[in-house]
Amino acid sequence: MALLASPPKSTPKPAKQAKQADPEEALSGTRGTRFSRHLILCLVGLVMMYPLLWLISSSFKPSNDIFRQLGLWPENWDFSNYAEGWTALNQPFHVYLINSMVVVVFSIIGNIFSCALAAYAFARMEFTGRKLFFALMLGTLMLPGHVLLVPQYIIFSQLGWLDTYLPLIVPNFMATNAFFIFLMVQFMKALPKELDDAAQIDGCGPFRTFLRVILPLCVPAMATTAIFTFISTWNEFFGPLLYIQNQDLYTVPLALRAFMDSEGQSMWGPMFAMSVVSIAPIIGFFIAGQKYLINGIATTGLK
Amino acid sequence: MSVLTKQAPGAAATIAAGPPGRRKQGSPRRRNQRSGYLFLLPWFLGMLFTIVPFFASLYLAFTDYNLFTEPNFVGLANFQAMAEDPRLGQSLKVTFIYTFVSVPISLAVALLIALVLNRGLQGLAIYRSVYYLPSLLGGSVAIVMLWRYIFGNEGIINGFLGLFGIAGPAWVTDPNFSLSTLIVLNVWTFGSPMVIFLAGLRQVPTMYYEAASIDGASRWRQFRSITIPLISPIIFFNLIMQLIGSFQTFTQGYVMSGGTGGPADSTLFYNLYLYQKGFTEFEMGYASAMAWLLLMIIAIFTAINFIASKFWVFYDN
Repeated sequence: MALLASPPKSTPKPAKQAKQADPEEALSGTRGTRFSRHLILCLVGLVMMYPLLWLISSSFKPSNDIFRQLGLWPENWDFSNYAEGWTALNQPFHVYLINSMVVVVFSIIGNIFSCALAAYAFARMEFTGRKLFFALMLGTLMLPGHVLLVPQYIIFSQLGWLDTYLPLIVPNFMATNAFFIFLMVQFMKALPKELDDAAQIDGCGPFRTFLRVILPLCVPAMATTAIFTFISTWNEFFGPLLYIQNQDLYTVPLALRAFMDSEGQSMWGPMFAMSVVSIAPIIGFFIAGQKYLINGIATTGLK
Repeated sequence: MSVLTKQAPGAAATIAAGPPGRRKQGSPRRRNQRSGYLFLLPWFLGMLFTIVPFFASLYLAFTDYNLFTEPNFVGLANFQAMAEDPRLGQSLKVTFIYTFVSVPISLAVALLIALVLNRGLQGLAIYRSVYYLPSLLGGSVAIVMLWRYIFGNEGIINGFLGLFGIAGPAWVTDPNFSLSTLIVLNVWTFGSPMVIFLAGLRQVPTMYYEAASIDGASRWRQFRSITIPLISPIIFFNLIMQLIGSFQTFTQGYVMSGGTGGPADSTLFYNLYLYQKGFTEFEMGYASAMAWLLLMIIAIFTAINFIASKFWVFYDN
């Protein structure tokens, strides 16, 4: 933990790595060993990427070809899988994409808003019980969610929230994700204390200081939170499975599962096509936000 | 919570004192106090929403609650039933095998690759991304479904083995092999501990290695006596987080088996069985008792880890 607790800033950026690598160059062996290292790394990378590439290529193959070909380049290009998959379920697939998007957007807003508030209090304010609360917050990191499951389900059903997105969204507005609080606390602690004092002298109250001074400086930590929230909410299966019965309200993972229920050889192609559609946003966000992801995971050990 | 209620009268008093009071707005420190709690307001609500269900589920574990009728206190009946439930034993077995096989393998692979990457190779960022990407996808329904077809009877794994004339088993439908496909899936996501290892390795000062090689220490010796001790807190952290995570596996088992945990309960993860009990059979008292057993198991393993860590984790401060 101690070593992990460095602010995201201090994690070396790729540009710095090249510089750091220089003294190690001598350690890193002859040309031959370096070549064999690259060879091994490439092979491992290829094996890891193969399932994904196969998925993408299969989505462009006629269903009959999918399991006959190990190769990645489709012999007969077939785009109809996408058209078929899009309309195969109760609703066209974009309905499920929009449903997921709604849950994701509100979850992101909730997480950023509530976790930033809590983190500011933990990182930069003095009040009785701060240490105790902080320890309690860290304790919830290790609490398996299923312990709370049954009572939370009862509460949500009493509130009449079943078959709505509220059980998936509202907890995010109550700073229930301790990982993000921890991430932002680490980040805010690294900012100079003088900022708050200066703002106070200029007549800012704590809330204005937070909103106008600290928050704008925390954009990287908020970006990390947003991307991680996006990925975990987009993938989330258990919550929607529990709370959403109405097929029109299905999120993308539930819709994909519906494909499996209507299983048949002819459905493989469309199913793979929609699988590609479902993971494309994650890959997109990953490519766009890599820096924040890698820094974030290095700071908190978040998955 | 208690501090919140303790604070409230104080806050009320300052407000009640009003403008004519001796302390016009309260001292800056007191103001800071109050706004500290204000900032934590959403978090307090969240804690309420955690602590109340926490104790409610402890209570329900000793009842026969089924969502439709009032809960009756039944003492230890749920725990006795659990002791005699063969499917519960099976679900524990599945979860333990999955955890104790896949966590050490994925941590070892993660450390190994991180060590190779840390040697200052060109293209580190690309390798790191390629290895990290699967860990973002491993829990998604799309990928578990893909796994089902990759390991299917006519899937690419058996197609590949067929190239060498090997007839692969029916990975998904044979109870002897179905869990191993999910272990492979978990190892496939070694990227996230790898990134954490990489961050840790970068903080090991190179001068230690320089000094050691001047003293004639071999590579292996340097790894054992410098690298391992210095990154042991990170190994420890990864181990704890991976254990806790894999004890709670759900989606993989659910999607792989279509929700049944089959074939022959071979992918019946603990949380999948808990879900079946609580939300398809509505035995919510029993499900709560199961949740508390899992909490105990996780707490025990975490405690063992913390105690054992005294002997192998090295803190440099």
